Amino acid sequence: MTSSGAGSIDCDVHPTVPDLRALFPYLDEVWRESIEQRGILSFESASYPPNAPITARPEWRGANGQAATSAADIGRHVFDRFKSSLAICNCLYGVQLVLNEDMAIAFTRALNDWIAKEWLDRDERLRASIVVPMQNVEAAVAEIERLAPDRRFVQILVLAMQEVPLGRRQFWPIYAAAERHKLPLGIHAGSSYRHPVTALGWPSYYVEDYAAQAQGFQSQVASLISEGVFAKFPALKVVLMESGVTWLPGFLWRFSKYWRGLRTEVPWVDRPPEEIVREHFRLTLQPFDAPAKPDLVERAVAHLRSEDMLLYSSDFPHWQFDGNDPVPAGIPEGLRRKILVENPIATYDRLKTDRPQEGVR
Amino acid sequence: MNMELKQPLRTAKTKLAIVDCDIHPRAMLEDVRPYLTNPWWDYLQTYGLRPRHGHVKGYPFPKPTPLASRRDSWPPTGGPPASDLDFTREQHLDFYGIETGILNPLQPSGQGDQNPEVSAALAFAINEWQVADWVRREPRLKASVVVPYEDAAASVTEIRRRAGNRDFAHVLLLSRTGEALGRRRYWPIYQAAVEAGLPVGIHVFGYSGWAMTGTGWPSFYLEEGIENATTTQQLITSMIMEGVFERYPDLKVVLIETGFAWLPALGWRLDKHWERMRDEVPHVKRPPSEYLREHFWVSTQPMEETDKPDELIDVMEWIGFDRLLFASDYPHWDFDDPFLSLPPSLSDARRRAIYADNARALYRLA
Repeated sequence: MTSSGAGSIDCDVHPTVPDLRALFPYLDEVWRESIEQRGILSFESASYPPNAPITARPEWRGANGQAATSAADIGRHVFDRFKSSLAICNCLYGVQLVLNEDMAIAFTRALNDWIAKEWLDRDERLRASIVVPMQNVEAAVAEIERLAPDRRFVQILVLAMQEVPLGRRQFWPIYAAAERHKLPLGIHAGSSYRHPVTALGWPSYYVEDYAAQAQGFQSQVASLISEGVFAKFPALKVVLMESGVTWLPGFLWRFSKYWRGLRTEVPWVDRPPEEIVREHFRLTLQPFDAPAKPDLVERAVAHLRSEDMLLYSSDFPHWQFDGNDPVPAGIPEGLRRKILVENPIATYDRLKTDRPQEGVR
Repeated sequence: MNMELKQPLRTAKTKLAIVDCDIHPRAMLEDVRPYLTNPWWDYLQTYGLRPRHGHVKGYPFPKPTPLASRRDSWPPTGGPPASDLDFTREQHLDFYGIETGILNPLQPSGQGDQNPEVSAALAFAINEWQVADWVRREPRLKASVVVPYEDAAASVTEIRRRAGNRDFAHVLLLSRTGEALGRRRYWPIYQAAVEAGLPVGIHVFGYSGWAMTGTGWPSFYLEEGIENATTTQQLITSMIMEGVFERYPDLKVVLIETGFAWLPALGWRLDKHWERMRDEVPHVKRPPSEYLREHFWVSTQPMEETDKPDELIDVMEWIGFDRLLFASDYPHWDFDDPFLSLPPSLSDARRRAIYADNARALYRLA
């Protein structure tokens, strides 16, 4: 089987932290000792139980069950097999779960330094998102400022569910930094578990937890727009990653209808939310949430009413599709080309200017 | 929204019969006093309703209008909107030619109160009041069996009390329950509903006691309206993944005021994840979208609006034209006008199905 994704920019791949000890070289002595003394085992997140089917496609798992534990792993699959030319690493190691602010800040810094050294330094086709400690806004801004000079970091990474909605004004200094450095805000599936993942408490099954991510994204889009983030930061771009896609049009109809009735409550939202979304928001492709019926896929994607919004992603090593082509049948050829390369480049400012020279591979 | 209609806009199209699946009659606490024991009346006078939020009067998200109602819906006789049957007849039932209206009383119904015994006492009282003050006086109206859903045993008692009484159309739950509605603690309610031959209606709102989103509390009523859809997505996920419909194959669920455009995408997403992780939920025998297609009906208001009606019709086709029920939400501010809200390009057959035929079949209306 071949992939027709040649030259594509893969906007969502996931490096796995093999073991907490991998971060030791990037932590101060006090935190290394703390890990040993307290018997802290891991910060893997319950959003992706290590052995759950979604967490890694079976043939991509190594002997110990883990997948994507090295830059070479990503190279073999994303670059050699899917023929991508660049890939953005979104590390989901659960530093967002940590309740102790000081610990969260230390582990987040270590994680970003580990990504730079163990991934970005080892393959020049890799890019990464800056993981930020949302436990403390000042520290999050400091982490962005610390890493922004390294242009291999192309985005800021936060989770779809956290302590309070992302539109809230307390986070605006982060968006000011994002705008300043032309870094999109990337919101990825996952939770810091400050609340149950649903408004109805803790679900019984993991499959419900994963399905609930789609509602988390809706809440964040509603919050970012309602609070006026885009009136304040007109250049800010937001990328929804591993969000699913087909929920968006119906959500926008409802949101825009209610906005028409209730706009006096949010006077800074001076145009329909659907317009704001089409201008400021982008979505990665996988998991693509429609049946394998090309006619239906084409129709559902047409409801987005924009060819600019979808960004190619394999979601490697998560098991979202089989075969070698993350792009579902039914996506029209012209749109497919935009999804593979043009839309990612238009979204990530740092990819416009910092692409590797032809022939580097 | 708050438009004043000077004259009825009657056209050939609107001569179709209409079953309105969501009308909100409002009781004052005094209205239900005849159906409460003295100790409960005294308790309510002293401690009042205690829903799972902090406000003694009003709501965490203030409504856009008083009592969230149309400004023209306050009866000339005094009292709140939809508290006066004669004015409700004049302004709504007669004006639009409503053939049948389903009553879904909200507060003071006591649903979701922190004190489950208050919920049980008020549910009984509000059910008695619906029949005595509305249904017996106006044969076009049907009542809901309001149940104190956090107490399944008390809910079963209330459903059995009303079973066989054709004044009642369905069992009524709110969408924000203390746990997701698929959890086993609610199953006796479904069993009793099936035994009574009643669908289970789930109306949006209520307070679960948890934050309104998985990412905490939003700020605006605008967001609360949006989260009514996300919460409904979560309760459907729960009902399907817990296996409710394998256990109760005759259970029918009516989603009220949830909107509907998100339904197909929810089914697609659940199918995808179920296919991948069905070993976790072996009791779910079929793709989730099949349960969705078979067991759920959805009312139209607040009708999603798009400037490309063909897209809305795509969505209606994906849901199934036999599953859509017209609802106005009278007397609330976001009322959908029966004359104006369906896409004009719908065929007459589809229009008839949504306005009346589907509801007649579901509720076995004569």
